[in-house]
Amino acid sequence: MSIAAARPALFLSSTRLLQPWPGLKCTVYKLKSPAVFCQREKSSNTPPPAKYGGRHTVTLIPGDGIGPELLNHVRELFRFCCVPVDFEVVSVNSAASSEDDINNAVTAIKRNGVALKGNIETNHNLPPSYKSRNNLLRTSLDLYANVMHCQSLPGVPSHHKDIDVIIIRENTEGEYSSLEHENVSGVVESLKIITRVNSLRIAEYAFNLAREKGRRKVTAVHKANIMKLGDGLFLQCCKEVAAGYPDITFDDMIVDNSTMQLVSKPQQFDVMVMPNLYGNVVSNVCAGLVGGPGLVPGVNYGKDYAIFESATRNTGKSIANKNIANPTATLLAGCVMLDHLKLHAYARMIRKAVLKTLSETQLQTADLGGQCTTSEVVHSIMQEIQRGGPRTSGQI
Amino acid sequence: MIMATLTKALKPILGRQLGNAAKVFGAAVSNQRGKPTYTGQIIPPPAKYGGRHTVALIPGDGIGPELLSHVRELFRFSCVPVDFEVVNVNSSLTSEDDIKNAIMAIRRNGVALKGNIETNHIMPPNHKSRNNLLRTSLDLYANVMHCQSLPGVQTRHKNIDIIIIRENTEGEYSSLEHESVSGVVECLKIITRTNSLRIADYAFKLAREKGRRRVTAVHKANIMKLGDGLFLQCCKEVASGYPDIEFDSMIVDNTTMQLVSKPQQFDVMVMPNLYGNVVSNVCAGLVGGPGLVPGANYGRDYAVFETATRNTGKSIANRNIANPTAMLLASCLMLDHLKLYDYATMIRGAILTTMNKTRLHTVDIGGQGTTSEVVQSIMRNIESGGPLTTEI
Repeated sequence: MSIAAARPALFLSSTRLLQPWPGLKCTVYKLKSPAVFCQREKSSNTPPPAKYGGRHTVTLIPGDGIGPELLNHVRELFRFCCVPVDFEVVSVNSAASSEDDINNAVTAIKRNGVALKGNIETNHNLPPSYKSRNNLLRTSLDLYANVMHCQSLPGVPSHHKDIDVIIIRENTEGEYSSLEHENVSGVVESLKIITRVNSLRIAEYAFNLAREKGRRKVTAVHKANIMKLGDGLFLQCCKEVAAGYPDITFDDMIVDNSTMQLVSKPQQFDVMVMPNLYGNVVSNVCAGLVGGPGLVPGVNYGKDYAIFESATRNTGKSIANKNIANPTATLLAGCVMLDHLKLHAYARMIRKAVLKTLSETQLQTADLGGQCTTSEVVHSIMQEIQRGGPRTSGQI
Repeated sequence: MIMATLTKALKPILGRQLGNAAKVFGAAVSNQRGKPTYTGQIIPPPAKYGGRHTVALIPGDGIGPELLSHVRELFRFSCVPVDFEVVNVNSSLTSEDDIKNAIMAIRRNGVALKGNIETNHIMPPNHKSRNNLLRTSLDLYANVMHCQSLPGVQTRHKNIDIIIIRENTEGEYSSLEHESVSGVVECLKIITRTNSLRIADYAFKLAREKGRRRVTAVHKANIMKLGDGLFLQCCKEVASGYPDIEFDSMIVDNTTMQLVSKPQQFDVMVMPNLYGNVVSNVCAGLVGGPGLVPGANYGRDYAVFETATRNTGKSIANRNIANPTAMLLASCLMLDHLKLYDYATMIRGAILTTMNKTRLHTVDIGGQGTTSEVVQSIMRNIESGGPLTTEI
């Protein structure tokens, strides 16, 4: 984390002396030297600097399916609550084969530092050279940690209670390297890449997060009995990092046993760290356990950037534009983003209203067994916020 | 050809000497074990020595030995005409002689019943998983697990009835890994057209045989376009030859989420190796745990029966608390395979009576019975069924 911070330190200190207004930081950097531009704060803990009078700019990628409508609701809600966030909308057309759209999106995120996105559809029928746009985004921005906090919400019908699991999934390598070839006709080799550097990085992230949140146990999920070198390396890296955190218990579990335990006794898990594919499966299992894909927000963190979306990354084509999608996941993702931008008061306010609507009123969308429409739920959230105090704009 | 018909004619007379006769007649006529007929059906190995079958038994580690001895006890009690040839495999040795002997025994007998052999992570990477070696050497390409909700077992989901067919030899379990650059490991996941077609064909055939309406292929072709894309394509090709059976596909993450919320929607599922591992464990968890579901590994010529989730159960070994149901049901599947249907029905009925009516459960499903108590209860149930048994 401190590797890149060393160089700009000199520039930062000199520029701080030169100008008293934080808002003008960027312009001064451009004068100083081309090497020192876009001085996004290098640590993932500090948010991008607020520009232009304390308002943040966040990239918004609508995506496909239910993405556009849910993100519209987010903007509506943010405007209603007077949240000091402006959205820069970047559309990505998943049907176009050129990568210009996604490259624009990547540039916009590099500019703003934070993004909120819907899922971009990946059509199976397109040729293999067409890479998944979501994957391209994650690897270009090196968003190495996908964090999903799975909690049982009161008021949501589910088979299990009291689940509180944080799943940390390596987001850039593993089975998602998109490296495949067919040397011999009819025989395909897919490469799963595990590197020491990335495994140490994600393990370090996991233990840091566990310590920050006061968690007692980290479980590594792997299949090292079969993939001895690959998952063996991952496991070894986790063990090395664990040695530096004696206050946190570390254990490991094979992925098949983990999924079986999750289905029978999910309360035993605390924090779980794993490579990409297992993370995909385990996070979907956990989402299913707490009530479905419409409830859980997910975050992709990199060293310099953060992207917020729904945890299970569903496009929801079949329910698009029918006003029946569950907005909770996207709204909670918006709250996590506000926390990241250190706008904690707004985050708390919106989160409280969302959870209250979910648990106390009977307003639940079809995926949870209710009959409400998306707009009714959002409207109820706004009413809830208005009841909370005079912080909102006039009209609902 | 002439030799084949000659040996076939002499078979009932020669019995066990068939092997020697084959050696006398020619190396080409060896091991007429379960050769598929013209229609592709597998004939079970012929019963030798007066109608008694010989089955290879591999005790394995952990709870394997104790549960398999219960199986033998039960078989002896029920006068099942099966003899067991016990082959021990020591998982801590580095030499592969043990497992090679076991494979030879299975080739000889055609059928095996096994416990899981432990794979120690601490051993060097060239120490391959013994279970995996067994499966690949015998080309047991289909792992079939039939997951059913049992009425007597308390679970959160009811009315689950899923058959999971998992490709058993390739995929992520190819054990092909290398570290070309220090700190960067590449694991190869192999998907081949032949094997994918083979497993898809097996799945549809099985679905048709059992009167199932729908086959779902589970994949991740949006990310692994070539690999899982090939698998999916093969499934689609085979599906077009079975118009009476509906075919659809689902991405593995969505599948696991659906399994956890609405498992009743699935009928037959077919998938590559790793997804099969995860999905079968999720399903086993849904119906009550690893102690309840039997699994079978089928190849063209051989069949190996074991518990579906392949647990070693080291922590509960030799404490008389393991659930014998999975292993006993696996032995019933074996009896079905050997065409000893009456015995299979009898034992299965007794097990299900103990599970559902008597409700004598072991610790893993919330009861307090010991393994021996459960087995005794099953024996009592068999005895009350009729005079087919020896005394307890």
